[in-house]
Amino acid sequence: MVSFKINGVRRSFDGDPNMPILWYVRDELGLAGTKFGCGRALCGACTVHLNGSAVRACVTPIAAANEGEITTIEGLDPAGEHPVQRAWRQHNVPQCGYCQSGQIMQAAALLATTPKPSDTQISNAMQGNICRCGTYQRILAAVKTAASEV
Amino acid sequence: MATIRNMSRRQFIASSGATTALVLGAQLAPNPVLAALKGNPAAILNHFVKIDLDGTVTLTCSRSEMGQGVRTGMPMILADELEADWNRIQVWQAPGDPEKYDPAGKDAQNTDGSRSTRHSFQVMRELGAAARDILERAAAEQWGVDRSAVYADRHRLYRRDTGDSVDFGDVVETAADMDLNPGPDAPAPRLKQPSEWRYIGKDMPVIDNRDMSTGRAVYGADVDLPNLKIAVIARPPVYRGRLRRFDASEALKLDGVDSVVEVPALATDTPAQFRALGGVAVIGSNTWSVTRGRDLLDIDWDDGPFVTHESANYDQALVEAARKGGKRMRDRGSVDDAFEAADNVVEAEYFVPYFTHTPMEPPVATVDATSTPVRIWAPTQAPNETRQYVAEALGIDMADVECHITLLGGGFGRKSKPDFACEAALLSREVGAPVRVQWTREDEIQNGYYHAASAQHVKAALDKDGKVTAWHHCMAAPTLFALWNPGQRDSSNLEVGMGLVDLPYTRIPNIRIETGQTDTMIRVGWYRSVNNIQHAFAINSFVNELAVAAGRDPLEFMLELIGDDDELDLAADGVEEFWNYGDTVEEWPVSPKRLANALRAVAERSDYGEKLPPGQGIGLACHRSFHSYVATAVRVAVAEDGTFTVPRVDVAIDCGRYVNPEGIRKQIEGACVYGNSIARNGKITTRRGAVEQSNFHDYSVSRMSDAPLDVRVHVVDDFIHLRPCGVGEPGVPPYAPALANALYAATRKRIRSLPITAEQLSA
Repeated sequence: MVSFKINGVRRSFDGDPNMPILWYVRDELGLAGTKFGCGRALCGACTVHLNGSAVRACVTPIAAANEGEITTIEGLDPAGEHPVQRAWRQHNVPQCGYCQSGQIMQAAALLATTPKPSDTQISNAMQGNICRCGTYQRILAAVKTAASEV
Repeated sequence: MATIRNMSRRQFIASSGATTALVLGAQLAPNPVLAALKGNPAAILNHFVKIDLDGTVTLTCSRSEMGQGVRTGMPMILADELEADWNRIQVWQAPGDPEKYDPAGKDAQNTDGSRSTRHSFQVMRELGAAARDILERAAAEQWGVDRSAVYADRHRLYRRDTGDSVDFGDVVETAADMDLNPGPDAPAPRLKQPSEWRYIGKDMPVIDNRDMSTGRAVYGADVDLPNLKIAVIARPPVYRGRLRRFDASEALKLDGVDSVVEVPALATDTPAQFRALGGVAVIGSNTWSVTRGRDLLDIDWDDGPFVTHESANYDQALVEAARKGGKRMRDRGSVDDAFEAADNVVEAEYFVPYFTHTPMEPPVATVDATSTPVRIWAPTQAPNETRQYVAEALGIDMADVECHITLLGGGFGRKSKPDFACEAALLSREVGAPVRVQWTREDEIQNGYYHAASAQHVKAALDKDGKVTAWHHCMAAPTLFALWNPGQRDSSNLEVGMGLVDLPYTRIPNIRIETGQTDTMIRVGWYRSVNNIQHAFAINSFVNELAVAAGRDPLEFMLELIGDDDELDLAADGVEEFWNYGDTVEEWPVSPKRLANALRAVAERSDYGEKLPPGQGIGLACHRSFHSYVATAVRVAVAEDGTFTVPRVDVAIDCGRYVNPEGIRKQIEGACVYGNSIARNGKITTRRGAVEQSNFHDYSVSRMSDAPLDVRVHVVDDFIHLRPCGVGEPGVPPYAPALANALYAATRKRIRSLPITAEQLSA
């Protein structure tokens, strides 16, 4: 039995504790905002927060969340108005949009610890998040805008 | 149900049905079919414009959204002619049904070939205008005035005489109850002048921005159904391999695994097309369990004939086929004589490997084949081909298959091929429940459709003044038509028509373009920009080599070769059936002038010619594809160790009439990153017939650190009065050669093979 809070709600799971958080939130909870991209922590599409840090949900077992706190894109801000989300819309970042939940969660975790990141710090932090539509230029701009607001 | 006919080719209907909405739009189905649907809310699905009593306008998007912005662009056109307020519209995604949702009648809703806007622009205008016309008539009837006394403006209808106005919603009931048939001789509804456009040509953010930034946007794997089963499939590692035997006993011990079933292999003599090729499916209640279960399968495959497909040998065979040539596709002047008389002959070979699409969302489809109609939910670029191939797989009529289109997490051509939906359909029928087939990244990379590897041999004759007197270009690549005709060894008109046979150098008096022959040993399929990628790479690289050989500046040299003719007459050079992206050359000619114009524009905007510090360089390339003209200027900064960055890219695009310039900028920014991956990142290779790469660690794509982050897009307006051209793909082909030319300028190292490696720059 694994117990944790997810998006502020206390839950427990008595299934396979090795199930990755990705498949727990998608298949068991129906929280579909977290995306599957590679299954090997290579693309960042599945990024969520575990105790405030960005983790790749596709390789992080639910057991790792025991007595901890998970935040998914659905829980980042109840109204969808986190500064990063607002900046994403302001810069019209998404193309297909599929990787953007992970990008936003990664950027939000960066700004939580590094409120005024340099371009290099942004690039280093976002390095693990692939966007095949190629929105990196706008992601960089949006993170900088969000940084000016948090 | 009132019916109006006001155009020769199309009909428009207004219907209240049992709903409180007015529905307007195009339909091509015979009226009795629609009449039978009267009173059924489903009847409203036939139409492109729906207006509720509260005035909310629902606009239909019948093209697939994969990031190119079509769910924003098509509604912009409708809303503009409708005079709708953008803040009061919503977009409804049409399912696959070409009779209802392909009003242009050109491509059966296939969203590929960069053609949505160019094929649908005019008909979307007409549909929006027709809807506005009906609202104006309804308001006139409501007020008891002549129709000419009423006009629509931003979601309201005005009386010219009194200035009174009502909201669109206020005339819905009147419109629904009236006979709106203006008669067969009524004039077509007036279309706005371009100067009156409110949305067309203006920047518009993506309609799905909020959903995409909050995790609420629905993609292929986000469709949930009662009793849904999830499946992953072990597929043969070698193309057209077959199952010998399997043992699933370990997999079946896992909690969450319900069953393991064989997906039958396609008969050996049946072409692959978009069909499911077979494998072993692990089916259960969650993705984690079935993925682990698949790892536990013990399978013995018969690799079949393509086990001999080895990149090391195959690539060399391509190079030799390109040297040999054989089939003349274009012949201008007398190439042989020109080489006889040449003062200088320059010769080079270029190679571009296999690539695969890697959309961030791997293929996935959910199918419920337990009842009729069979229902598909899929991120598909081709909803009606999806219906067709699923119907074939199940042995049923296509009319009994529905296809609902989710958002696509990227497409790039992969999701034109619905093999993954066929798998889900077969499994749903087998297990008697709706089934989602989830492809993993490994599946996507190892069992995909691959961009054709290619070799090109190019030779030019120069006279004593450095003028190019002949260009002889031979290309060899496996053909994507092998999907239908596995024995085909020649490239098609479609493939050479993508930027090769239409070589734009009008001032070269002698040109010969040939293709060599090769076997196709894997699924070769179209990939964003298709064969334009390798053609643009070779042509733009080689012309740069010629400029160097002639001691000329590449910009001047290219402009001189292109010339400024309005049209290129390929028929005069013996080109038979120039493909031209499926369109006529009368409507979409090849224009050297527009290409030169784009090249001049990018040279000016990129400050081409300014002196750069050592280790830096700027490279140019230009290319026509999908009727658009794109010129790219890439700047590189190369370090001592051969590593390099791309500090700035300028792109000029002439795409004729356009809808959303913000959308163009985004597509070009993204195309440069896509091109950057082609130029610098992964390649697909095979060994003993199997793809050697498996995930992003060994098939790399551009990340933020190596992507261009300062892409400046310059939309060239000079030919905006012409027809709309493509935008999604044309930005990709010029990027890699512009980068290679920039690297040459910086280092004097010539790149002739992609992807670019550190060895090439340090050699």
